[in-house]
Amino acid sequence: MNDNQGKSKKAKVKASSLSRRELLAAFLGVPVALAACRSSAAPRFPEGRIVGASDAFGHRLRDGQRVEPPADAWQHVNVVIVGGGIAGLTAAWRLLKAGEEDFIVLELEPVPGGTSQSGSDSSIVPYPWGAHYLPAPMKENAALVELLDEMNVLEGRDADGEPIVAEQFLCRDPEERVFYKGRWYEGLYLHAGQNAVDVAQLAAFNREVDGWAAWRDRRGRRAFSIPIVTGSDDAEVTALDRITMDEWMKERGFNSPRLRWLVDYACRDDYGLTVEQTSAWAGLFYFASRMRVPGDEAQSLITWPEGNGHLVAHLYHKARTKVRLGLAASEIIPTGEGNGASVDVVALSSDGRNAVGFHAQKVIFAAPHFLTKYLIRPYRESAPPDVAEFQYGAWMVANLFLKDRPASVGFPLAWDNVLYESPSLGYVAATHQRGLDRGPTVFTYYYPLCDDDPRAARQRLLEADWKSWADVALTDLSRAHREIRSLTERLDVMRWGHAMIRPRPNFIWSGARRRAVEPFRSIHFAHTDLSGIALFEEAFDHGIRAAEEVSAAMAKN
Amino acid sequence: MRIESMSAYEFVIRIPHSAMPMNRTPILFLNVLVIATCGLIYELLAGTLASYVLGDSVTQFSLIIGIYLFALGAGAWLSGFIETELARKFIDVELGVAILGGLSAPLLFLSFAHLSYFQVILYGLVFAIGTLVGLEIPLLMRLLKDHLDFKELVSRVLAFDYVGALAASLLFPLFLVPKLGLVRTSLVFGILNAGVGLWSTWLMRPLIRGSVTGMRVRAVIVIALLAIGVIKADTLTSLAEDAMFADDIVYARTTHYQRIIVTRGRAGFQLFLNGNLQFSSADEYRYHEALVHPAMTLAGRAPRRVLVLGGGDGLAVREILKYPSIESVTLVDLDEEMTNLSRRFPPLAELNGRALEDLRVRVVNRDAMIWLEEPSEPYDAAIIDFPDPNTFALGKLYTTRFYRLLKARLAPGAGVSIQCTSPLFARTAFWCIIRTIEAAGFSVRPYQTAVPSFGVWGFALARVAPFDVPSRAPSNMHLRFLDDQAMSALFVLSVDLGPVPVEINRLDNQALVRYYEAEWRRYE
Ligand SMILES: Cc1cc2nc3c(=O)[nH]c(=O)nc-3n(C[C@H](O)[C@H](O)[C@H](O)COP(=O)(O)OP(=O)(O)OC[C@H]3O[C@@H](n4cnc5c(N)ncnc54)[C@H](O)[C@@H]3O)c2cc1C
Repeated sequence: MNDNQGKSKKAKVKASSLSRRELLAAFLGVPVALAACRSSAAPRFPEGRIVGASDAFGHRLRDGQRVEPPADAWQHVNVVIVGGGIAGLTAAWRLLKAGEEDFIVLELEPVPGGTSQSGSDSSIVPYPWGAHYLPAPMKENAALVELLDEMNVLEGRDADGEPIVAEQFLCRDPEERVFYKGRWYEGLYLHAGQNAVDVAQLAAFNREVDGWAAWRDRRGRRAFSIPIVTGSDDAEVTALDRITMDEWMKERGFNSPRLRWLVDYACRDDYGLTVEQTSAWAGLFYFASRMRVPGDEAQSLITWPEGNGHLVAHLYHKARTKVRLGLAASEIIPTGEGNGASVDVVALSSDGRNAVGFHAQKVIFAAPHFLTKYLIRPYRESAPPDVAEFQYGAWMVANLFLKDRPASVGFPLAWDNVLYESPSLGYVAATHQRGLDRGPTVFTYYYPLCDDDPRAARQRLLEADWKSWADVALTDLSRAHREIRSLTERLDVMRWGHAMIRPRPNFIWSGARRRAVEPFRSIHFAHTDLSGIALFEEAFDHGIRAAEEVSAAMAKN
Repeated sequence: MRIESMSAYEFVIRIPHSAMPMNRTPILFLNVLVIATCGLIYELLAGTLASYVLGDSVTQFSLIIGIYLFALGAGAWLSGFIETELARKFIDVELGVAILGGLSAPLLFLSFAHLSYFQVILYGLVFAIGTLVGLEIPLLMRLLKDHLDFKELVSRVLAFDYVGALAASLLFPLFLVPKLGLVRTSLVFGILNAGVGLWSTWLMRPLIRGSVTGMRVRAVIVIALLAIGVIKADTLTSLAEDAMFADDIVYARTTHYQRIIVTRGRAGFQLFLNGNLQFSSADEYRYHEALVHPAMTLAGRAPRRVLVLGGGDGLAVREILKYPSIESVTLVDLDEEMTNLSRRFPPLAELNGRALEDLRVRVVNRDAMIWLEEPSEPYDAAIIDFPDPNTFALGKLYTTRFYRLLKARLAPGAGVSIQCTSPLFARTAFWCIIRTIEAAGFSVRPYQTAVPSFGVWGFALARVAPFDVPSRAPSNMHLRFLDDQAMSALFVLSVDLGPVPVEINRLDNQALVRYYEAEWRRYE
């Protein structure tokens, strides 16, 4: 279903120089492009802009531009945390809990949160720019349960000691709907029009998933568990990582188009990869890790109008005095050995004007892992080969500010609204969880670029300008909502060049990411990348772990 | 009723010199018949509409007739200023009547939405149509003048005129209103008027100087316009609703939130929201007395501050204001147009005793759930009167989350009553609401009463602390339904209304909407 997404060859063409028809054909497929270009009238555009990460800083780093802070701009600090995303903020939260006050968090962007950041400039409702939900944790994830308790998200424990999430934070019903041939249907799996084969295959697929949910290794560990370090590394499970999800499905004769669509959608939604590109381990992880008991419903989702931006706000609030926004690490230099080991961090204001230095005992590197080879001096000179294994998908996220709801044929507006025939993931309505059921709203539209070659995807992403992306989003959504152009008053676009790590086969269990977790001299690592999948729980877990490593090491000294 | 106006014609006839072939004269009398019928139809339409909307049909009919007759006279008098081009002017007048008269009913329906202008538009329109109709007959008589002697002219024209009036007055109640409805009747007669205009371009051709093409084009456009109206009107909601509701629609408007319809029939009038009956004036007292008084008596001490959620019709507030201890009532209803209607639409405002104008009443037009999230002074009683949970947006107002938010707004001992749909038609939905309120930490007593327009209707009485069901009705309030015995009877549930196992309605499962849908679907 993604053959309409121009492969690398096509991607060489600069998107902004494409005609409108070529652009829409490249991003939405030829039939949609032809239909959209049938009328000669110029399409209507709302106001809007490209927001977020400027690549200027990254390019400066890659081009080797380095600065030496003046001697009086150096200070001593116990710990420097590089990156104020979930992992970095969690590490800060954990350090504060351990009584560590002498640390600083460097964050390149003017806002905290990284890929979990959100927007708050709409008078209607705050809205997400990336991550938008968190499955309710099981009791084993004690640190996360503690965080949610602190946020008053939990209202107690059930008889089994499992946390009970307060009703208003659980995704409000109806959760999902899917648009197919002119009509919306409840749920994500398209039941309408299924035949006996479809029904049988869905049941068989669910049995496979149940089997994995029930599976335990000799040490009693689940096959797929969140965070993934708590799961099994038994060969029977890790073997799944050597094939693609597509191969796994074919081996079992799963060829029902709607089942394949569901699994492909799940892969694109969670990993930005198609079913042909995703490791079968990662594909099954999505389905089996969130089910406590086989046959159970998946864990309920916790969400807020602004998505995981709500979690960011809480963590940021706790560590606010420690966080320096708009100040990025530009070089990390480990010095000394053994007991005398320490690490220097050079930081640069995002405009490149001011440089400051930190003499630290420890660094927690909580920025995306591919940056290690630009930031850590010894890596720059010769990076461990594992770093190149970390590959990233590119995503476009658009927020559409609507003056009113579009009409719907069939099932009414849900939280997640998916278009069956689109390469996008559809949109999430920010007002849904707020309980605002009428009037203006904000739709967050997600589009993963699933090209095989991640660089080609990134190039396509960045070469399409605001107008091109706005056109793609509006044209795509107009299949389900004809009036979308006249209802949209503003449309902002975020281009995530390194949106999330790609769990393609032979990455998660190749050893690369396990080696990358190991500290390098005085540098400890914390980022969701180290799990090979991009998830709040993984970023959180690495933040906790790295903070605990650092606390323990400093206690020893 | 037209005798006075007709006799006036005799004095205003002035005679132009024109020629018309004799053989066309009889057909011209057909014109008289048609335009006379049309003229009376417009008058009847306006009278009917006015008495629907404004109530008090004696006043309305007598005002409309008075204004209309006066306008006929004005038209007849004005015809005296027309010296030349009589046939051309006659056709123009026909097209004018076609447009104004033809569009009168749709125009008046639309202007219900803006009640403050409604009377201005109504009487203005009646006067304008009357004036144009008043021009018709004198002009026609002058056109015929040269071909008949005066005696014959007057007798024939008047005879046809009155036959037309008879036809109209018979057709209107017996055929037109029941079969076509008000909107289509007015459009169809507009087309007839325009047809007369078009036809006259042939009939009176010898009397018209110059080209008639322009006139014909105009006439065809008017006919086409009205015909589109007739066809479109069919698909337009108002007419679809005309057919759907047994009674006549006197107010119809789609607000930002819902479709509000008020109908009037023999038994009084009814309010519908999104096609669902909210009350009928004939028996709403049973519903509202049962809804309000049990919770008010539960409060223990005399209630001072009362909260009403939903209930934008103001009828629950009317009951609450019967308690002399009331210091303030807060009414939270999403739809501003609904609460404005309850204030300004005379039949509704009368029914609720102008409760929303009372200085102690504060109206908040917000989503009740979001409003509840904000803190306020505690309330001594709360009355919850939302529409039935037939959408997810309404379903959230019946969740544990909602009742917990409500709990935080109540004074100790405060009583709450909640409309809970029919325990007979939607038994599972009814018990789902009851159990959900319990799950939110209330003691709950389900109760019911018969409201003929609805059937057996269900409510919940709730308080945080356990309580005995009230056995005394408030005295000195001139209640029409509740006395001590009726109060006790409310809490008797027959076997077929008894408990059934249900899921609790939560934001993340919306169990209630699904129960409700499944149960009411059986009756559709
Ligand atoms: C579109 C999208 C949707 C997603 N949806 C979900 C979802 O619904 N649920 C979910 O669980 N996960 C989702 N994710 C995954 C999300 O990435 C993780 O949940 C989590 O936010 C990752 O946090 P992190 O701290 O590991 O990484 P990041 O978010 O990448 O944070 C790294 C931080 O480091 C900063 N940084 C980079 N370089 C430097 C430097 N030199 N100096 C200082 N700071 C620097 C960055 O600006 C950034 O703030 C989504 C991701 C995307 C892109």
